[in-house]
Amino acid sequence: MNKIDLDSHLSESLAAIEAARDLESLKTLDTELLGKNSATTSAKKNLGQLDPEERKVEGKRINEIRDQIQKKILGRKLVLAEEENSLQLENERLDLTELDLGHRLGHRHVITQTWERLEDLFVGMGYTVAEGPEIEDEWHNFGALNFPLSHPARDMYDTLYVDYGEPQSTLLRTHTSPVQMRVMESQEPPIYSIMPGRVFRSDTADATHMPVFHQIEALVVDRGITFADLAGTLDAFTSAYFGKDFVTRLRPSYFPFTEPSAEFDIRRPDGTWLELAGCGMVHPNVLKAGGLDPEEWSGFAFGFGLDRLALMRHGIDDLRELFRNDHRFLSQF
Amino acid sequence: MKVLLTWLQEFAPLEGTSEEISDQLSGLGLTVEGMTHIGGDLDGVVVAKVLDLRAHPDADRIQLVDVDSGDGEPLQICCGAFNMKIGDLVPLATLGTIMNNGMEIAKRKMRGQWSNGMLCAASEIGLGVDSEGIMLLDSSFEVGAPLKEALGIQEDVLFDLEVNPNRPDAMSIAGVARDLAALQGKKFSLPTPKEKERGKSVNERLSVEILDPELCGRFVARILDNIEVGPSPSWVSNRLIALGMRPINNVVDASNYVMLELGQPSHTYDLDRVHGSGFKVRKAQEGEKITTLDGIERPLTSSDGVVADAKNVAIGIAGVMGGASTEIDQDTKTIALEMAWWDPISISATARRLGLRSEASSRFERGADPEIADLAMQRFAEILSSSGATLTPGTLDSRGNLPHRPPVRVRIQRVNKMLGVNLSRKEISKLLESLEFKTSKSGEDLDVGIPSFRFDSSEEIDVIEEIARLYGYSNIPRTVPMSTLTGGLTERQTDRRIVKNALVGLGIDEVMPVPFLAPGDLEAAGLKVDGITVTNPLVTEESVMRASLRPGLLKTLAYNASHRLTGLKLFELGHIYQHPLSEQPLPDEREHLGVVLAGGDAGSAVNVWSALADALALRDYELIAVSPPGLHATRTAQIEVHGEVIGFVGEIAPSVLDAYEVSERVGWLEIDLDTALTISHGDKPYKSISRYPSSDIDLAFEVSEDVPASSVSSVLRASAGELLIDLRLFDVFRGHPVGENCRSLAYTLRFQATDRTLTDKEISEVRERCISTVEKELAASLRS
Repeated sequence: MNKIDLDSHLSESLAAIEAARDLESLKTLDTELLGKNSATTSAKKNLGQLDPEERKVEGKRINEIRDQIQKKILGRKLVLAEEENSLQLENERLDLTELDLGHRLGHRHVITQTWERLEDLFVGMGYTVAEGPEIEDEWHNFGALNFPLSHPARDMYDTLYVDYGEPQSTLLRTHTSPVQMRVMESQEPPIYSIMPGRVFRSDTADATHMPVFHQIEALVVDRGITFADLAGTLDAFTSAYFGKDFVTRLRPSYFPFTEPSAEFDIRRPDGTWLELAGCGMVHPNVLKAGGLDPEEWSGFAFGFGLDRLALMRHGIDDLRELFRNDHRFLSQF
Repeated sequence: MKVLLTWLQEFAPLEGTSEEISDQLSGLGLTVEGMTHIGGDLDGVVVAKVLDLRAHPDADRIQLVDVDSGDGEPLQICCGAFNMKIGDLVPLATLGTIMNNGMEIAKRKMRGQWSNGMLCAASEIGLGVDSEGIMLLDSSFEVGAPLKEALGIQEDVLFDLEVNPNRPDAMSIAGVARDLAALQGKKFSLPTPKEKERGKSVNERLSVEILDPELCGRFVARILDNIEVGPSPSWVSNRLIALGMRPINNVVDASNYVMLELGQPSHTYDLDRVHGSGFKVRKAQEGEKITTLDGIERPLTSSDGVVADAKNVAIGIAGVMGGASTEIDQDTKTIALEMAWWDPISISATARRLGLRSEASSRFERGADPEIADLAMQRFAEILSSSGATLTPGTLDSRGNLPHRPPVRVRIQRVNKMLGVNLSRKEISKLLESLEFKTSKSGEDLDVGIPSFRFDSSEEIDVIEEIARLYGYSNIPRTVPMSTLTGGLTERQTDRRIVKNALVGLGIDEVMPVPFLAPGDLEAAGLKVDGITVTNPLVTEESVMRASLRPGLLKTLAYNASHRLTGLKLFELGHIYQHPLSEQPLPDEREHLGVVLAGGDAGSAVNVWSALADALALRDYELIAVSPPGLHATRTAQIEVHGEVIGFVGEIAPSVLDAYEVSERVGWLEIDLDTALTISHGDKPYKSISRYPSSDIDLAFEVSEDVPASSVSSVLRASAGELLIDLRLFDVFRGHPVGENCRSLAYTLRFQATDRTLTDKEISEVRERCISTVEKELAASLRS
């Protein structure tokens, strides 16, 4: 190949590279122009036939040409790769708003959410969580809790009985307080426990009543527990759950299983008082029923409606909504 | 219990605004549920006389009334009521009167006719609940007089109190006044009426015999002569009305008045109708009958107390309701007055059994004051004396067994230790004395005499409560005890959260149907009928306790579907109740999980299960095809772990879906959490990750439909041994060229050793072993 041939080969090659439309054809060109069978490779092979001076000039010339072709290919490759990348991206364009179908997780029931929030709060205060059966015997629900048989205080609870064992021996627990007894029966003090659970009353369903609802009970039994401890614990709970701005008060009340007994009220931001919990010092008879010496141990207990806390938190105005399980309700929380 | 401020003030010089007193009452444990100002809304209301009634020319529902408001001139009023006639006296709200709803009465035209005021219904001026028509006034009233003066109404405040069962004393005006006086540091005193006694002594005219001393602790009887039955004076009837009782006649009203004021219920007998002029107090005989004051004949049982006459015929149910035979009427001239102390438990049982909860029984139930009868008798006579009744000399005072109430030792240290305060003996003594608890020193401590009106108080702790109550709960400091324990959730409670979070993560919503079912619900769901039943259900639809979560979940789907909410995925975690297999104190109560996937099939349910098993790290479960009633017979498996059945997965039977009116296919998963979560699960031991390459082989077998895929995989696992680190079923195929009643199951097996690169020879060996074992044990054939 003579000099003129090489020059024209170079310009033809550069033009061919520039004309390559995709990486695939560029790769073919790469082989054709720089591979084993390329013109420049054969020219190199032929160099041996030249005299040394000429060979030196000609060899340098071939290398320059190969160099230029290689650079051109590399440059073209970058351009083509970028073009192909852009093309791919353009081809893959999506409207993501079209794809947002509002996929959702399931939702825990609003009672569960309140329940777990309360558990977490009390666990943080060093409490354990205890449970008991929903169908209870008369002793745990009433007798052990200092409700003597045919005591009028039993009328405070509209009890649902079940056909099991002796008549009126087995009932749907009317409060979570029987779990207090079960805790005292199963462990030694100190006791710092809460007892959330489902309870039953013979109440016709309306906006504020359900035959089934939920309570959470707290029981603390230790040496030297005082009424002041009860008041302070309720305050600590209130500011943790509702916030610091809630004012609280205790009013004397009556429950057979606590004495002194109290109602615990909180003042809402609008100035109205809300009766939140029944509470008091565990009655000595209850400690005795639980196998504890009231001279050695003292304790407090409080209990309140869990459902109402859920209603309050979300501004729900009808208790029945919680049990209707309408999906339009469930999916809101 | 309702109380009037002016009535309270008859017992102590109480001070403070109505709001302050309301707060004090609540602070004493007598929660104020309502507060009403009485008489304040009568300013501007006068007695007017109806002069003429004329039709309104342009309206049917109102008429024109000319009234004389005191000046003799006719004044035209438009009025929407038609119950008055010419000459009636009616209340007129004059121009400028502000009604209690805030409306000011102004001269205005109604359909073109002027109205110069408003005629009032009782309810519009706080004088009753009647709003049916205009209030008609006593014809003796002076026309034009302010209504307040004419009615003799004084301004007052009515408090509606919630009284707890442990406060028998607060079921009376005097008791409430005593509490307030103690709090305010004011002197409290009971009246001491002393009626003149005339006539023949009661001892010669009446006898009392207590045959059951447990039933009746005390029975006091006196006689009043010269009874003239008629209306009560207005000061009596106004107070009764205010406190929510209907005036009947002067005798009944006096009895009620004394009960409200002093807490002592009484019963009056027409003495002339009491056979043999004697009372016998005893338990009723089984089957004995009595016609009570309300005219109803009531059968009695041997647990009911009765008052019988000298011929031993029951003439009243003790403490609950009197009998018709000795009832006071217009002809009554002489009455025997009974004031007794009845056994609270007996009264409570009888009142409850007969459904007769009265003002009297509710006081006896709590334990009335056994020592107030003498004063209450005098008070009764005093009130009735305005109609000429006279008290005869003598009192029959019979005593049965009154509870013995010895003084209570109250330890000062105990008081302070219980309340978290630091009160001296002197301070404690002063608090108690103000409530008439008599204290005397006993060493460092106090002996406390319980007043007769506090039947509820009998132990040290009761007295401590009184100290706290009067000291003021708000004055007790607030401290927080430090738990020395570590708080936390139990394993079960943590697992429960894992289950809920996993299901929620799978897009399943939690529901909480009520656990009551209707009879037939369980059968309709294909479940055996062993639901525990409610003895006294509110409604039959809620008379069976659920023995499965299935009916509740299906009802929830049906409810939602009826609101066009379909394709729902729901779960519930809750208790089910069953009769136990062997005798035990309580029913078998278990915690279950139920999942319904509306529009989903058995496959989607299996996926939920496997995800849940993963979340709980519950390994080595098996799915075994079964056909339990109520579930899809060919699409259900029971879930077994180490041979124990923990639940079922599959679909609800089509027949059950029909019964519950669910029109979608429903995937079903139920897990007995009490069983499942007691099987070892959770943390797995670490397995080191191999640094050597792994090799995959694919094997497809033609397997009979009778052989479950799980059998193929377990045979593969067993024969492949430890080198198999992953096994995946990647394709299931039915149809040509796979034979009849067979399908192709294609698996990818990944092999890896922890200590070397596997050779082709090793892999080839294990491959051959897998193929031959599956072919041999499961009558399957490798597809080439």
